[in-house]
Amino acid sequence: MKQALFRLSRWMDGAGPDADTVISSRVRVARNVRGLPFPYLASDEQTAKVQQIITGAAAERKEAFNEFTLLLMEKLPPLEKQVLVEKHLISPFLARESHHGALLLRQDEAVSIMINEEDHLRIQAILPGLQLEEAWQEADRYDDLLEEGVNYAFDESTGYLTACPTNVGTGLRVSVMFHLPALIMTKQVNRLLGALSQVGLAVRGIYGEGTEIIGNLVQVSNQITLGQPEEEIIRNLSGVTRQIIAQEQAARQALLNDSRARLADRSWRAFGLLKNAQIMSSQEAMQLLSDVRLGFDLGLIKGVDRKLLNELLVIIRPASLQLLAGKELNGDERDLERPVQIKRRLNQFKEQL
Amino acid sequence: MLCQECRKEEANVFITKIINGKKTELQLCERCARAKEELDFSFEPQFSLHNLFGGMLDESMRGSRESLRLSKAQCPTCALTFAQFSQIGRLGCSDCFGAFGDKLQPLLRRIHGSARHTGKVPRRSQSKVRFKRELDRLKEELQQKVRHEEFEQAAELRDRIKALEKDLQEGGKS
Repeated sequence: MKQALFRLSRWMDGAGPDADTVISSRVRVARNVRGLPFPYLASDEQTAKVQQIITGAAAERKEAFNEFTLLLMEKLPPLEKQVLVEKHLISPFLARESHHGALLLRQDEAVSIMINEEDHLRIQAILPGLQLEEAWQEADRYDDLLEEGVNYAFDESTGYLTACPTNVGTGLRVSVMFHLPALIMTKQVNRLLGALSQVGLAVRGIYGEGTEIIGNLVQVSNQITLGQPEEEIIRNLSGVTRQIIAQEQAARQALLNDSRARLADRSWRAFGLLKNAQIMSSQEAMQLLSDVRLGFDLGLIKGVDRKLLNELLVIIRPASLQLLAGKELNGDERDLERPVQIKRRLNQFKEQL
Repeated sequence: MLCQECRKEEANVFITKIINGKKTELQLCERCARAKEELDFSFEPQFSLHNLFGGMLDESMRGSRESLRLSKAQCPTCALTFAQFSQIGRLGCSDCFGAFGDKLQPLLRRIHGSARHTGKVPRRSQSKVRFKRELDRLKEELQQKVRHEEFEQAAELRDRIKALEKDLQEGGKS
């Protein structure tokens, strides 16, 4: 196995509105081909046909799709598939369980079109910062283009038909990935997120030992896909997102006023550990990256930027680490390799300055 | 505390999910958490069949639970039966929606709070659907006018509805 380059996806570039609280905005639509069983019930021939219909429709629209690369899941090494999962470009299901699964990936990795996922077609757009509208426009555009060549399963009253009843109607899932260190530190987050789940939104966070959400990352997405037009679904999530941002900013300001020195110390200590530690778990790395990120957002720390922090968030994951190391690593070996790769990137960044 | 999954390793990943106000807590070891994709931030909802069907059957259709289970409804295209669907939680093909229509409606309403699509329409079926939505809107307006005894405007609306319906029949076969 050779060392490979790690390619940045568009969402990692750290640009975009409200990038200090919102890491990325993601939109996906689910579609199916009329007259063919959904992938899990389809025969080998039928999934092959789905792949051919969709890639065919893309190939016929050369101009619109000339920036896309077709990746067949059967041909891709497992590690590379897992890297795509870690970069949020494909689902774990497509990587591991699909039959004739394929990916049409745009060069900037902002648009990924999954074939033979749980549905025949899943079009995803993921952008940095708060850009739900823009992400929807991207997905909508490729949906229109593919529809010219694919007869979609659609019903006037039920909308787009999908394998799972939770996706029926618009087939639309939109989500925002937040970095909410201040709300979590001040323990306001549970109340806030509890309220969200009352209005038809799903909240996900990863908890470590104790009550802290690992890496202070929280994802909010819509649950309802039927009965609301796409614009309304997006407007609802955008509205809630604005409120969360405002509360996080207020909490940050309060922290800054009360304990500026303490916050700066926390960030610089985290930075020191990232630069000098010899063994590091992914949980620890995520927490340290969060501390550094907060310090950067508040102007307390130098020597990093958002792009680098986003990149590190993915590089510390198992498959990406192994790709960069150029060899397979078990859990303990990864904990040794992780600081090596982090240090390497931090040094490269320093030289660029 | 031991991992809920393997019951061997110490649990060190604690996951709390709140979906529609329902809180679930998981205590896993890192390996099991990764295996379950819980660390991957997949944003697909974890679809709980038990909750969905359980709740639906308990609330409104208690008496007909058995009849649903034994239901002979079967999709003519992919041969999936409604009983199978209620176990797997996935439909087999787009024709299942027609085959299970009456039984699916309450389920969709339970999940989404509505069973009627109001969003995007593929270009192919656009004109027809737009027509129908316009018709529905006019009919609702007509009802209102009649209720308020504004008969002159109601008559106007009625004529427009008739004209639209005629158009739909003649040109809407595409």
